[in-house]
Amino acid sequence: MSRRIGRAVTGLWIIPVVLIAWEAATRTAAQPYFPAPSAIAVRVQELWFSGPLSRALLTDDAIDAFAPSLGRLFAGWLLASAAGILLGMAIGRSARLADYLDPMLQFGRAIPPPLLVPIFFALFQIGTATQLAIIVFGVIWPVLLNTADGCRTVDRQYLETARVFGFSRADLLWRVVLPAALPKIFAGLRLSLSLALILMVVSELVGSTSGIGYGLLTAQQNFLFVDVWAYIVLLGVLGFLLNASFLALESRILSWHQRAKRTI
Amino acid sequence: MLELVDLSHSYGSYRAIDKVNLTVAQGEVVCVVGPSGCGKSTLLRSIAGLIKPTGGRVLLDGRPVRSTPDNLAVVFQDYSRSLYPWLSALANVSLPLRRKGLDRRAREDAAMAALTEVGLAAAAGKYPWEMSGGMQQRVSIARALAYRPSLLLMDEPFGSVDAQTREELEDLVLRVCAHHGMTILLITHDVDESVYVGDRVVVLSKAPGHVVGDLPVDLPGPRDQIRTRELDAFVRLRAEVGRMVRGRHNNHELETM
Repeated sequence: MSRRIGRAVTGLWIIPVVLIAWEAATRTAAQPYFPAPSAIAVRVQELWFSGPLSRALLTDDAIDAFAPSLGRLFAGWLLASAAGILLGMAIGRSARLADYLDPMLQFGRAIPPPLLVPIFFALFQIGTATQLAIIVFGVIWPVLLNTADGCRTVDRQYLETARVFGFSRADLLWRVVLPAALPKIFAGLRLSLSLALILMVVSELVGSTSGIGYGLLTAQQNFLFVDVWAYIVLLGVLGFLLNASFLALESRILSWHQRAKRTI
Repeated sequence: MLELVDLSHSYGSYRAIDKVNLTVAQGEVVCVVGPSGCGKSTLLRSIAGLIKPTGGRVLLDGRPVRSTPDNLAVVFQDYSRSLYPWLSALANVSLPLRRKGLDRRAREDAAMAALTEVGLAAAAGKYPWEMSGGMQQRVSIARALAYRPSLLLMDEPFGSVDAQTREELEDLVLRVCAHHGMTILLITHDVDESVYVGDRVVVLSKAPGHVVGDLPVDLPGPRDQIRTRELDAFVRLRAEVGRMVRGRHNNHELETM
């Protein structure tokens, strides 16, 4: 464990190197489209992190932008995860259902979600429902397909043990199939979380008056290049934090899987 | 209590077992031994209801076996995939007891008692991957014991553990099952083991497997790894079974079948 932390820390030297190179390159170029990282950092701080200490330095702008965005992101991701896991389990456990649905799933998966925006507008009007629909439609696929695959490929010995001991259908599904498929399901969840961040921005670029994506759009339309970059950096950091928190959650829930793999 | 009548099974055109006839009485420990690829596992899977045999019948307590009977437990060879790695030893043992309609407390008590019987009371909270192969197989045995089956099927249960652990497990199974009066059908390719563990040794031929020998084991109990194995009767029987497994039996031996 301490060796792993040590390795992670020694990998950090690359960050200042990149920052210095970036700073040097932008200063040499002296282009308004490419502000220096130091300027971006100052702007990030001004925009969102110069608030009162009691609110963890968050400004009103930060709360107005982050709260709706994160709300959409998590609501969309959780809805898609729940639907994807349930549908994926059904498809993974029933070959007939898989045969029926597979062409439609492959079709749906191939559609880039932004193309469906007009349809969602027509269906749900402009507002939260449309934004959620965009996110859900875009991120459900990795969860659904990974869950289906995980449930289809459960080790035969696990299933035979369950049959020999006469597990009920519910026990088989929730206590054998689901845990056995969990490593694959988590791989899907992680992928869809990173997609959810992208689609959250997409959903806010169209028909939204709040959130990070909306802020990015306004900055762009007003030629506020430093602000645009501040939003880009913010999204990058947000993606990094989401992924790191997810990995921490995964290693807690799947500790049996990771440790079992290491001993075999 | 278990009766196989002309039991046959084919995978496509490949005949794995052909007209196996066998009767196992209540409380008997019967070892089925045969060369590798003689359909031993097919036989066990047919009895357990995991596959539907293409011919013949399996009767358990006089009733034909459909799907998996509820008074039967199996100890598989591959313990590493038969125990669920996401459950502790205690949870692995108690999970099948949900079928018995016991409440959580009663299930855990029964599981704990079974783990104690196999000498793993202290390891109840451990996960399979924290245990040695021998310990994992003990958990499998405890799971079967806690289930209180009238028939226990064992598919090469000691095939994946080292020699010393194997001897310990053989004695453990003999001791515990004698205590519960359990009927056991143990499948093995090890001639020595079949004679040591069994009250009866049934020899299967090469595929398509059928019964070529059915020998009572007349050895004094309780068995002892050293003393039993040096008895003249043990040595003679082992040689006889060994010759049958290899398929080289002379006329005299054919008569004694």
